[in-house]
Amino acid sequence: MALVNIKIEGVSYQVEEGLTILEAARICGYEIPSLCAYNHGECSKGSCRVCLVEATGARGLVASCVYPVNEGMEIKISTPKATAARRASVELLLSNHSMKCQQCDKNGACELLHVAKLTGARDDMFKGEQTPVSFDDVTPSIVRDTSKCVLCGRCVERCKNAHGLGILGFENRGFNTIVSPAENRSFAKSPCIMCGQCVSVCPTGALMEKSEIDKVDAAFKAGKYVVVQTAPAVRAALGEEFGMPIGTAVTGKMVAALRRLGFNKVFDTNYAADLTIMEEATELLGRIKNGGALPMITSCSPGWVNYAEYNYSELLPHLSSCKSPHEMFGAILKSYYAEKIGVNPADMYVVSIMPCTAKKAEKEREQLKTNGLFDVDAVLTTRELAKLIRRSGINFNKLPDEEFDYDLVGDYTGAGVIFGATGGVMEAALRTAYHALTGKEHEAIKFEAVRGMDGIKEASIDVNGTVLNVAVAHGMKNAKILLDEIKEGKSKYTFIEIMGCPGGCVAGGGQPYVKPQFLPNEGLDILDTFRAKRAAALYSEDEGRPIRQSHNNEQIKALYKEFLGEPNSHKAHELLHTTYAAKEPFAD
Amino acid sequence: MAHLNEAAVKKITEICDRYANEKTPLMMILSDVQNEYGYIPLEVQELISEKTGISVAEIYGVVTFYSFFSLKPKGKYVIGCCLGTACYVKGAQQVLDKFSEIIGIRAGETSEDGMFTLDALRCIGACGIAPAVTINGKVYPKLAVSDVPKIVEEYRNMEANA
Repeated sequence: MALVNIKIEGVSYQVEEGLTILEAARICGYEIPSLCAYNHGECSKGSCRVCLVEATGARGLVASCVYPVNEGMEIKISTPKATAARRASVELLLSNHSMKCQQCDKNGACELLHVAKLTGARDDMFKGEQTPVSFDDVTPSIVRDTSKCVLCGRCVERCKNAHGLGILGFENRGFNTIVSPAENRSFAKSPCIMCGQCVSVCPTGALMEKSEIDKVDAAFKAGKYVVVQTAPAVRAALGEEFGMPIGTAVTGKMVAALRRLGFNKVFDTNYAADLTIMEEATELLGRIKNGGALPMITSCSPGWVNYAEYNYSELLPHLSSCKSPHEMFGAILKSYYAEKIGVNPADMYVVSIMPCTAKKAEKEREQLKTNGLFDVDAVLTTRELAKLIRRSGINFNKLPDEEFDYDLVGDYTGAGVIFGATGGVMEAALRTAYHALTGKEHEAIKFEAVRGMDGIKEASIDVNGTVLNVAVAHGMKNAKILLDEIKEGKSKYTFIEIMGCPGGCVAGGGQPYVKPQFLPNEGLDILDTFRAKRAAALYSEDEGRPIRQSHNNEQIKALYKEFLGEPNSHKAHELLHTTYAAKEPFAD
Repeated sequence: MAHLNEAAVKKITEICDRYANEKTPLMMILSDVQNEYGYIPLEVQELISEKTGISVAEIYGVVTFYSFFSLKPKGKYVIGCCLGTACYVKGAQQVLDKFSEIIGIRAGETSEDGMFTLDALRCIGACGIAPAVTINGKVYPKLAVSDVPKIVEEYRNMEANA
């Protein structure tokens, strides 16, 4: 790549040709105040005008996020003209923005407020008409409030890039422009899969998860027996909310915090992940033996299940009938466990801490009930848990490490913990399927081929001379490639893992925001590396577990022996399996 | 969601296929559909989405951006009043208001009998003959408010005698 000579604030630098002024300045150690600077190419329209600078050879001020550097260019960031223009740009955005910052859940991670602070913008400079507001809180997962939208379009691009979906788009023109699903519909009446990727990239509070903290408060108030379980991915990211580097596992502190929040029991969903593997591996072997629908596809990710129900109803028989792990856990807690500890299941309240917004909608599926009770009563995202912790005055960083409860249920293996990374369910299933088919453990334990961040990963495992072809996809754009192969009868796989979010649950829509402007100690490439860093935290916990195969989990064995019988038994089906139904994309 | 009949599916598929090799076919497809049916409802947009791979939200965005496209059926006669700068200073607003008053609909609406649609247009590039009005493509130059009643009358008579 050719280099060009530029000057920033009078100092000479050599930078790569083709970079934007913003990118070049960042490499040279300048952070030009900007709104869409960290979108990772998901907005490059230069329309917000926040990052204006002076540059020689240009007429007037230029938007540094789109203007390329060229030979001999002199860039000035801090002239009175540029400084005033940036401030005015932000003030114009604020003039059409709901300024209820105090109640806004994005407060603390709001990029608009951040840039307002940097530029010194005042909130009452341009008083006038405001764009008509549209507000959607119909789904249990995502709230859309256009009074906080700055029309950057990141959400639009993310939905397309991650899933090829494009649920959101720009609607109308000029002052009346809003970002919304077609016809300004609710997400509930569009084929939105509830993954929350749009929420993770939204710079403001225009897109948020729907909080269920109030519901949990009410359950405590009502004197319920409140049990909490945490998904594997949560421990790999929760620390970020308290200033820890990305990739720090905070399992022990998280448990300690949950106990201090008053939960009667603190369980790890990993236990149920082990249970899922027992059911799913048995189901797979059954399908192979009895000529069932193959390839079988995992069903842990509710985002993916939604996608399948909207877009590939003809492939629904390929989905494993297994409930997702936290739902299985809910079912076991409200049957086996409730009976053991002598609590009426109706008085038990199960809260799942999930990295996911789609899980909020999942828990309300009619198909996920046991004896008339929903398996799970409330789902909080990792971010909501952080909020709960902060609200309660707990100094998270100073907490001791504590262990999960594991009386009767709750103990887990390394196989359960890797569920949170793309390829993890596949790897856990292979460990157990290999054992079931050969009667011995796979020597390596690790299946490297299904790890990592490639969009589609495949592996062939030799089982006593029979080769088992498997594949892993994450993000619906990648999944679509494998699904179309199945549709055309060309799939060579026996088993496929699909996760809704790119990177798997570690990068789910309910995880702490990764916004480089709030993470000064992370590298400039953090948006490319955070998924792998979080996944590494899970793989490291797997390495450290004494037992790493689900079928060797003693409590799971006991559960089958005492209660369920064997995997895929009638009772197991009743409690741990579910059904799917086609959904119309734009229902009336 | 209402479902399209077979003939419409066939026709719209044919229109999409017409532009299968275009890099950015959307405007051409929408333009042909608008001309064929007079409007582009959501179920049609869904079909176009399926054929082109462009998301429904994006198609909807284009349809609502350009005033040429319509989500609802238009009247038999579409009156387009230009409100561009030149027409506006020459009194186009009053002309539009007069049409509105006589027909009894606001800009963007269609009369109940399905006869007239009244559209407020941005500059149509006919500034030399401002204020300009088009009715189904026929241009009425330098229109005065006093001309409006007899133009509406003309179309009503034409319809009555048809």
